[in-house]
Amino acid sequence: MTETIGIQLVSYSGAMGLILLGIFALVNYEHLIRVIFGLILLEAGVNLFLITLAYRADAVAPIMIEGQTAAMVDPIPHALVLTAIVIGVAVQALALALVIKTYQKYGTLNTRILAQRIAEESGTRMIEGIPTEVKKV
Amino acid sequence: MLFGIALISIIIMLGSAFAVLFFENYLASVVALSVMSLALSVLFVVLQAPDVALTEAAVGAGVSSVILALTLRRIGLWQDKS
Repeated sequence: MTETIGIQLVSYSGAMGLILLGIFALVNYEHLIRVIFGLILLEAGVNLFLITLAYRADAVAPIMIEGQTAAMVDPIPHALVLTAIVIGVAVQALALALVIKTYQKYGTLNTRILAQRIAEESGTRMIEGIPTEVKKV
Repeated sequence: MLFGIALISIIIMLGSAFAVLFFENYLASVVALSVMSLALSVLFVVLQAPDVALTEAAVGAGVSSVILALTLRRIGLWQDKS
């Protein structure tokens, strides 16, 4: 029983660590590839959190065997996470395709330089890093 | 026993997650991401979710690393320092 509580505690702290690292990478880095790394870490942390939520004390994996009486862990978050992993890889592939297209058009992946180029191209001006529309007199 | 395995895989997972963010080389970051995914799948087995562990090992450590490495080659960051 104490072992179960220890496993749950360790898994929750691991999930929190992954989520915090992912958010840190999303807000801190300016390179688009590093932002995608942060997205992947965040997704892994959320998956670990959901699987830890389904864990029960002294339970077995949710596979039916004849004559089984032991309790099972909750299988519904497992199905959810199974789908979320595959969807996460699809999101990564889409983001990487957009990164390749951006690099081919602008030749850089730094978000500040990209914001400046896009602002110049579309006829807007930058105020402290955020492109805003020029007011026509 | 199970708690020891969980603790070791959590330490490997968080260590390689730090390594992903603080490696200079992008290819090394991708390899660290793959290691993080494998440690996560070991943790899923400890948490009684073998189906999710199989998917994570195949998709997270396999396909994800391959598409990331192909993108790095396409945009010329294969051996570049940030």
